[in-house]
Amino acid sequence: MRRVKDIIQSRMSRRSLLAGTAATAIVAATGAVTPTFADEANTTGLAVTDDTVQVGILHSVTGTMAISETGSVQAEKLAIEQINAMGGVLGRKIEYIQEDGASDWPTFAEKAKKLLVNDKVAAVFGCWTSASRKAVLPVFEQYNGMLYYPTFYEGLEQSPNVIYTGQEATQQIIAGIDWVAEEKGAKSFYLLGSDYIWPRTSNKIARKHIEKLGHKVVGEEYYPLGHTQFNSVINKIKLKKPDVIYAIVVGGSNVAFYKQLKAAGIDMTKEKPLLLTISVTEDEIRGIGGENIDGAYAAMKYFQSLENDNNIEFVKAFKEMWGDDVVIGDVTQAAYLGPWLWKAAVEKAGSFDIDKVRLASPGIELATAPEGYVRVHENHHLWSKTRIGLAKPDGQYELIYETADLMEPDPFPEGYQ
Amino acid sequence: MTSIKSFMSRQELIGILVIAAVLFIIMPLAMDIFRLNLFGKYLTYAFVAVGLVLCWGKCGILSLGQGVFFGLGGYCMAMYLKLEASTPEATAIQSTPGIPDFMDWNQITALPWFWEPFNSLTFTLLAIIIVPAVFAFIIGAAMFKRRVGGVYFAIITQAIAAILTILIIGQQGYTGGVNGITDLRTLKSWDIRTDEAKYILYYVNGALLIAVLLLSQIVLKSKLGRLLVAVRDQEDRVRFSGYDVSNIKIFVFCFAAVLSAIGGAMFTLQVGFMSPSFVGIVPSIEMVIFCAVGGRLSIFGAVYGTLLVNWAKTTFSETFPELWLFGLGALFIAVVLIFPNGVSGLYQSYLAPLVDRVVSTGKRKGRSDTAPPPSSGFGAETTAKPAE
Repeated sequence: MRRVKDIIQSRMSRRSLLAGTAATAIVAATGAVTPTFADEANTTGLAVTDDTVQVGILHSVTGTMAISETGSVQAEKLAIEQINAMGGVLGRKIEYIQEDGASDWPTFAEKAKKLLVNDKVAAVFGCWTSASRKAVLPVFEQYNGMLYYPTFYEGLEQSPNVIYTGQEATQQIIAGIDWVAEEKGAKSFYLLGSDYIWPRTSNKIARKHIEKLGHKVVGEEYYPLGHTQFNSVINKIKLKKPDVIYAIVVGGSNVAFYKQLKAAGIDMTKEKPLLLTISVTEDEIRGIGGENIDGAYAAMKYFQSLENDNNIEFVKAFKEMWGDDVVIGDVTQAAYLGPWLWKAAVEKAGSFDIDKVRLASPGIELATAPEGYVRVHENHHLWSKTRIGLAKPDGQYELIYETADLMEPDPFPEGYQ
Repeated sequence: MTSIKSFMSRQELIGILVIAAVLFIIMPLAMDIFRLNLFGKYLTYAFVAVGLVLCWGKCGILSLGQGVFFGLGGYCMAMYLKLEASTPEATAIQSTPGIPDFMDWNQITALPWFWEPFNSLTFTLLAIIIVPAVFAFIIGAAMFKRRVGGVYFAIITQAIAAILTILIIGQQGYTGGVNGITDLRTLKSWDIRTDEAKYILYYVNGALLIAVLLLSQIVLKSKLGRLLVAVRDQEDRVRFSGYDVSNIKIFVFCFAAVLSAIGGAMFTLQVGFMSPSFVGIVPSIEMVIFCAVGGRLSIFGAVYGTLLVNWAKTTFSETFPELWLFGLGALFIAVVLIFPNGVSGLYQSYLAPLVDRVVSTGKRKGRSDTAPPPSSGFGAETTAKPAE
């Protein structure tokens, strides 16, 4: 790991120094604007009054990503509403300011800055794609904000200003591959994905792990985002006859991929080859069509069909607020955790102060999470279980397997880089 | 005074002074640093819009690929800044320290050869001008020498924008892919993220824009400028008069490209990153819209158009995050239907006569109380002359 911890620590101290100076500047600049500074609960000039606290929601509600991010917005609003119904955070009602990232990374950066500098929100729940997170990251670090990021992603990142409520790559991948290798006796894998950082990094980890287990990768291919012609790769798959197709195709390409797979006569219900994905949640299945992906396996931490009390209640509340025809995917659930984790951290710190909330965050537990118990790791990711679901024609996953223990998040996995 | 007179009418001089006043006095006084930085960002698009006025409005070459040049300039700058931010100490966490983080994520273990020269600021600054100019020259020479023009040219530029986007995204190990080149920190160890730096960059940006406006004005008032308009209106006649039309077109296309690239470089400096979302078809068309809203015949209009559209975009989306695109759409439809010549067209038909009257009465004060109202927007020069 090469002294990762030292580096992070030295980074942290530099950051907090920077944050200190930035904070004094902000206080000096806006003393007149913010009406009442609420006692010691807020020492950094955030938008906190005696009975309200402002937070930001920053997702794409227009553009190509809107279809994926809408669920996250809904989940965050639901969580905020529920928290308010319980009396808010430190006795203050949460008010949210929603901004639209418009599926455009620079816009995300601009809006993030607006939320932090202009609105002085105490926390931001938002972003979805890695690109949007990378775009806002320098903003959050410079102006010392707190971002709760919901999507499963490639890892290789650990910012003091971000809490990652989705899984990082190793959590999803290692458990999934172990499972197909042990339970299904898989020995050969065909990796394929959309061509950007997340699928590439994930497949890199998958390949290392497969080889570590003594199995074989028989092919690895990438296609541009939005690609719709998968016939050539499907032919190669037929030729090489892998035990597992490991697919990390994202967005609209999914629809073409699974339809063409089916049309080419690869019947996933027969499990020869078996298809394992880490990119298709219930949201994507709505586009793909349940009948086209019937029989595929997905490795992630949450499925709408989970039968625990937390989840049953969560699904009921979600449908009450947003209508009966919504589906809830992995990311939506992770987004729902954001406000709750923030509330717990603020209450533990006894303050909205960003630095105090950050310090209070590691170790925060949430027993009421729909996915079950989760805990924040020192590296700002969540300990969580990984589950395998089997896609059903009705568009839902059936839970097949879950890890016995919580998976430790490891954004800089040793031996996988 | 006569030297100024030779390339600028009184109206145009006022126009440029007003823009300077808006940029350097009114904006900084009226806005906090966050908003000012946003306007700084909008102003970088104004470089593209001014280039489009020359290229499209004056010479009739509609380019739907100006994002390409904006991107080239921006990427050149971003490569330099990224290398400076990727010192072995700052990237010690990577498997190969000392190269940009995204290369490390893509299993690249050495800095690619074409990144090497961007360690030098001088090279970078030259590249910002030369790379887009050469690229535009190649496109221009290939198209205009073969007399490809009009719609075909527009389609080809659009294709180039699409190709370059795909190339950048596909070669993510070398370019940062969809994410772009992010987390830029310092320029010659001067932190570009501080408020102070943002002020300075804003003024540098404004000064460059004024310089570009003056330069464009000189081009427009020269013989070349008249040839541009002639090419637009009667290309064959210009050719029959013995001019090489293709050279004129290549020049103006390269000129617009360089302006866009300067805008791109300033964008990277002020926003702190560059991504392929500025290179593609949509941003390129958006830039044409800025120019159209401003009025494609006026370089000043282009600046106001860019500011107006971007300000509207930001304000609408802050107020109505889910409906703002409709508001913006309505604005564009209104522009096309109600005032096809854009902001500058409105100015010409309503405000300009008023300004003329004020200017000319000021001049005539003491001689006569009744100033004859000028008949058209072009009256300023003629009515003011007797006063000299």
